[in-house]
Amino acid sequence: MTAAKTHRSADEIGRTEAGPRPLPELGSQKVAVELSTVDTTLPNGLRVIAVRRATVPMVEVRLRVPFADPAGSSVGSQHAAVAEILANTVLTGTEKRSRVQIDTELALVGGELDAMVDPERLSFTGNALASGLGTVLEVLADVLTGASYPAEELEREGARLVERITIARSQPSVIAREALQKVLYGDHPYAKEMPEADEVAAVTRDAVVALHGKALLPRGSVLVVVGDVEPADAVAQIGEALGAWQGDGEAVQLPPLPKVSGGDLVLVHRAGAVQSQIRLAAQAIPRTDERYPALQLANLVYGGFFSSRLVENIREDKGYTYSARSHPEFTVHGATLLIDADTASDVTAAALLETRYELARLGLVPPSESEVDTARSYAVGTLLTSTSSQGGLASFLVNLVALGLGLDWLVAHPQRLAAVTPEQVAAAALEFFAPGNFTGVLVGDAETLKPKLAALGGVSFQ
Amino acid sequence: MASPELHRFTLPNGLRVVLAPDASAPVVGVSVHYDVGFRSEPEGRTGFAHLFEHLMFQGSESLEKLAHFRHVQSSGGTFNGSTHPDYTDYYQVLPSAALERALFLEADRMRAPKLTEENLRNQIDVVKEEIRLNVLNRPYGGFPWILLPAVLFNTFANAHNGYGDFVDLESATVDNCAEFFDTYYSPANAVLTVAGDLDVETTKALVEKHFGDVPARPRPERPSFAEPAPQGEVRHEHGDALAPLPAIAIGYRVPDPVTDIDGYLSYLVLAGVLADGDGSRLQQRLVHQEGIVIDLNAGCGLFGPLEARDPDTFSITAIHAAEVSADQVVAAIDEELQKLAQEPPSAEELAKVTARWASTMHKEHDRLTNRTLGLGSAELLFGRAELIYELPERIASVTVDEVSAAAKALRPDSRALLFVKPTGGAQ
Repeated sequence: MTAAKTHRSADEIGRTEAGPRPLPELGSQKVAVELSTVDTTLPNGLRVIAVRRATVPMVEVRLRVPFADPAGSSVGSQHAAVAEILANTVLTGTEKRSRVQIDTELALVGGELDAMVDPERLSFTGNALASGLGTVLEVLADVLTGASYPAEELEREGARLVERITIARSQPSVIAREALQKVLYGDHPYAKEMPEADEVAAVTRDAVVALHGKALLPRGSVLVVVGDVEPADAVAQIGEALGAWQGDGEAVQLPPLPKVSGGDLVLVHRAGAVQSQIRLAAQAIPRTDERYPALQLANLVYGGFFSSRLVENIREDKGYTYSARSHPEFTVHGATLLIDADTASDVTAAALLETRYELARLGLVPPSESEVDTARSYAVGTLLTSTSSQGGLASFLVNLVALGLGLDWLVAHPQRLAAVTPEQVAAAALEFFAPGNFTGVLVGDAETLKPKLAALGGVSFQ
Repeated sequence: MASPELHRFTLPNGLRVVLAPDASAPVVGVSVHYDVGFRSEPEGRTGFAHLFEHLMFQGSESLEKLAHFRHVQSSGGTFNGSTHPDYTDYYQVLPSAALERALFLEADRMRAPKLTEENLRNQIDVVKEEIRLNVLNRPYGGFPWILLPAVLFNTFANAHNGYGDFVDLESATVDNCAEFFDTYYSPANAVLTVAGDLDVETTKALVEKHFGDVPARPRPERPSFAEPAPQGEVRHEHGDALAPLPAIAIGYRVPDPVTDIDGYLSYLVLAGVLADGDGSRLQQRLVHQEGIVIDLNAGCGLFGPLEARDPDTFSITAIHAAEVSADQVVAAIDEELQKLAQEPPSAEELAKVTARWASTMHKEHDRLTNRTLGLGSAELLFGRAELIYELPERIASVTVDEVSAAAKALRPDSRALLFVKPTGGAQ
């Protein structure tokens, strides 16, 4: 210790003369201002919800059209491929506007409009300066009623889609997601999140046009507008712009899903992987179930936020992972609980062991009152912050409405959370987090992983 | 804009403070920006600034390990930190009842963080998992933010990998941490920002109460990281065993955003003219007409615009079909730049970019996390938090001739070309 001292030691840095200080109490919390809103259904069957939130001079637009494959099985069905091409080309031209004109009109009002599809729905997401709402609605109406699907756009977007799917499938998270959905739902159309290249190649323009006419329907769909608008005016504007959008029948909801039951994890080999994806899933309950608030808190305590048992164990104690989390995923029919963790190959089996241990422990050593209170405050607080922006509120709301709920559910949810008792959380933990309820997949280098996973058990090697 | 009303003051220990009240929702954001990023890491210590960021969450004199997270979350809040080339930020966004708590948490770790061997070893493991997740185990990992600087720049500070090499990370010691903290985490080297539902006088008093006795230490001399622009076209090929398709990144230097912000913004507008939206020049030609590119981006700053001091980067990235040669893509881009250099873009092209930037800024400000962090980084880097509210107007005042001049300055004889080649074989 002869070198000149240029800085304090870690010990010196970590203490002051005054010593540790007490954590300040929370102040009093103001409540959020009440939102002014209109919720109505247009004559064409489209449900419209407009909410005033004038924090910035913008408006957010979300249109959600149930767009499921009516077939009972994705085997032999072209739906996923046709729907993908439709979503990728619906904004590439109408009778009145070219692709570039659509982009130009939107851009001049600071606007954007995108379409994407998944096994449940076709979603249009857009926004613009509030003064540009009319333009966004006009473009939206034009593509809904007059998308022309130019042949050369279909061809190019089809080729591009194949490449993009290839890129997506090189991502470990996508490999894991596709494998998990397959384990959970087999050939059910819900499991088919991306089409195959040969299916995309076989899509004809006629098929896209036919699907547009048959499935892109106002009845059963919902449009949410949030922003610096007067709700009644916005609804009138929407009625005028989208009144011409007509169609027979109702947009197609996802067929019921098989229940998820527990079982061995399926090991998916990914040669040379230096990290593994652990993905577990179990059956859960929808937001409308009276046990849902208790389940929501039990999930937070398990792995739903940073201060959870899973993160504190496998990240902050053991350093097995950067990212571990659990979360519910909802469909119109129900919900699943999903657990994700990515871990280095040499600690994958140990991380899986701890993940299962924490599942069992959640039921057997249920969340303490203080764990429940922490989770509750987090749930209430983050609901407030995540819905305090226009975009956050619009996205949250359109998801709720798709599940048959609305703004009133959002407003009342803090009270629902406040009423949950530790006993109810314990009951939810015991019922829904039992390790035997879970199944799933594990993606990684099989040769490296096998010896330890075989010793641990509960993993099947295909 | 959300609320252009700003209040600023400096504590006797040198801590700069920005308050930005806005009562539209009962939530508040608190951030601290320290004026040190991964450019300041010494050789042999790659990734240290980021590793140290992790350690700042691991406890302080009044807070055991895990307590920071629990106190934020049990107050209904969210938190995070991130390490950039020139700064490191920390934030909490919470219901406004928790304002004092958030200030206390930030002050406690600014005053006396607990830097222990056990936490250091644990977080080295966590950071290695983060790097596996975001770089080593995925296609296009670190593209372009880790890969391009190594081609565009020559000095260690500008060229090295800010995530760090595993060997360097593993050799970090607690004493390295102590030295880094004492050197760079002085209150005089930081900006505290509080935005959202707050009362100015009350907040000022709370800031003084909690940060006032953080001992003053000198503000470190900030070295210049300046280096000459590349001489010629520097090419580098990077093999990626996980990537299914080739990709390119072209890197250029941009004007110093601190001394010539309007010059810098002309490149930002150029990026929009080139690549923002279906009607932009490169999207139209390369993606939609010729169909030789799958995805394309252009922009200032590898972490976003105005997120770093000089030297900063203008980049164009593209993933392209395997049967298309990278040189064909580069040649097409050069042609489009040439056209813009010879004939300025139309007023309508600029109007589109300007309106979309106005929207983008509004959306950023509507999210309290982004607004708080934007105010803090603008104050730290430019000494002007209000810059984030002035940007739409400044962007709108960029002229077509300035955009043309920016295109002209993106010269093939002074740039970096990075080629990502798939080496995995099977697809």
